[in-house]
Amino acid sequence: MDTEKLSETSRDIRIDIIRSLSKAGSGHLGGSLGMADVFTILYFHVLNHRPEEPDWPERDRMVLSAGHIAPVLYATLAHAGYFPKAELMTLRQLGSRLQGHPGRDHRLPGLELSAGSLGQGFPVAVGMALAGKMDKRPWKVYCVAGDGELQEGSMWEAAMAGGFHKLDNLTLIIDRNGVQIEGHTEDVMDLEPLTDKWTAFGWHVINCDGHNHTDLIHAFDEVDTIKGRPSVIIATTKMGKGVRSIEDNYRWHGKPPSKEETEDFITQIKES
Amino acid sequence: MGTYRNKGNKATKEGFGEGILEAARRNKNVVGIGADITHSVNLSLFAAAFPERYISLGIAEQNCMGAAAGLALSGKIPVFPTYAVFSAMRTTDFVRISVCYNNLHVVIGGGHAGISVGPDGATHQALEDVAIMRVMPNMTVLSPCDSTQARKAAIAAVEQIEGPVYIRFGRAPAPNFTPASLEFIPGKAQIMKEGSDISIIATGVLVWEALQAAKILRKEGINARVINLHTIKPLDKETILDAARETGRIITVEEHQKMGGMGSAVAEFLAASHPVPIHFIGVDDRFGESGQPGELMKKYRLNASAISREARYLLSPDQEPPEL
Ligand SMILES: [Mg+2]
Repeated sequence: MDTEKLSETSRDIRIDIIRSLSKAGSGHLGGSLGMADVFTILYFHVLNHRPEEPDWPERDRMVLSAGHIAPVLYATLAHAGYFPKAELMTLRQLGSRLQGHPGRDHRLPGLELSAGSLGQGFPVAVGMALAGKMDKRPWKVYCVAGDGELQEGSMWEAAMAGGFHKLDNLTLIIDRNGVQIEGHTEDVMDLEPLTDKWTAFGWHVINCDGHNHTDLIHAFDEVDTIKGRPSVIIATTKMGKGVRSIEDNYRWHGKPPSKEETEDFITQIKES
Repeated sequence: MGTYRNKGNKATKEGFGEGILEAARRNKNVVGIGADITHSVNLSLFAAAFPERYISLGIAEQNCMGAAAGLALSGKIPVFPTYAVFSAMRTTDFVRISVCYNNLHVVIGGGHAGISVGPDGATHQALEDVAIMRVMPNMTVLSPCDSTQARKAAIAAVEQIEGPVYIRFGRAPAPNFTPASLEFIPGKAQIMKEGSDISIIATGVLVWEALQAAKILRKEGINARVINLHTIKPLDKETILDAARETGRIITVEEHQKMGGMGSAVAEFLAASHPVPIHFIGVDDRFGESGQPGELMKKYRLNASAISREARYLLSPDQEPPEL
């Protein structure tokens, strides 16, 4: 996919996130919008996958550890062709395959893991990468986690294991938007120096602009050259990216747009 | 069924380790996860035989449980045993979401279960694990009665059960009495001794004590049925219902808190289907303590004499209740 098409795709994904959350009447808008670029690059450039054959054994695995930003995963999966886009409008409703937090029991094609209790998807991704190594399979494991999620101790248990077992088939992408429910991460529980922490745990660290597609592509290209240790991409993002009036505002962590806001936000996305 | 002979004391953890080894020999997808106490929960037999399928993840049980889920999602049958206080409690949310909500075939071992852990004391004596594990949707809970059965249960956990499974086993050497020929069918309780006056439903190493209690009672003219409820979930409703209908009185016996354990499972079912008087033998809402296994089992009234006393009381309620 060329760069223009990628930009168009991430814009359309953002619009679908806003519409699905507006229809649902609840959900996490800010973080979902903030990760639209990362998900676009993952599903339309990085992953070796077959939307028409979701369980293809040789596929790369993409595990969402920060389950609350499910809307961006769902919108991206729909755009990638895993299921009809119209289904996005069933988000969080009774009987929907699009659960508030991802649930595999509802059999949504392309969904690798039920997750949403923070600090769990990453350990699961470590297990997948261990299995891939054990069987000498070429597929890779990607995992998306929130920055606030790094306050969970299990994330560092998994980090230690990834480094120790030299899982170079594993890449963690951290949504470094600097905010969490109660405010800025440095006020709630500071995470810095993040690069040093991951380096100390035996990981190759790449810092990049989580909204710059070229930057992201370079980061994933760099990951492919790293052998003998896992990689972490610390992607600097803005919560609510694309909707200028809510960007970087942590109050939009867990809120849907109202009816009036919906059209305004979509207009802002189209103009951004 | 006839009488049982103790072939020699052997901890149920021994049988667990042997069973996993045998299952691993038959299925190359079996992998083992170690959390620094591999020897202590007898996964060391597997680790020595299949070092390339053994993964050391250190003292990090949450990550172990999550990684087990990831391995299961990638075609492996992960076996993750550690002390039950950790596998059921340190990791509870990981068991709930990563393993059970994803409905994955992870074999979780709960070692050092019960008060018979002994001198290590309350921190390491799991008395709440069954209550926690059995409320998890999709989970199967196994509690074999001796080492021979633990071996079979471990093999069944790998080969017959499809979703998440928890196997509870102990540390202290305990009577190993079931014949090699006694088939282990998950979900199918075993009537170890027929009887019509009262039913003693026991699980784990206390099945032996229940059999000894039945012997004592027999001499007094009380004919007790002894049931080995080696699968706590799913419950063998048929066998329990028959016991309630045919004997009219039930005693449940477990090395676990009375609240939420096997006895609660039996009571929940019978209260709704065929209510009969039930007395519960277990630990009564308190922590354990240090001591030799035998001393503790006596102090906490988890032995044959306590069971027989309870049976007499249940049959003649006008008697003095057994001393607490
Ligand atoms: Mg954040």
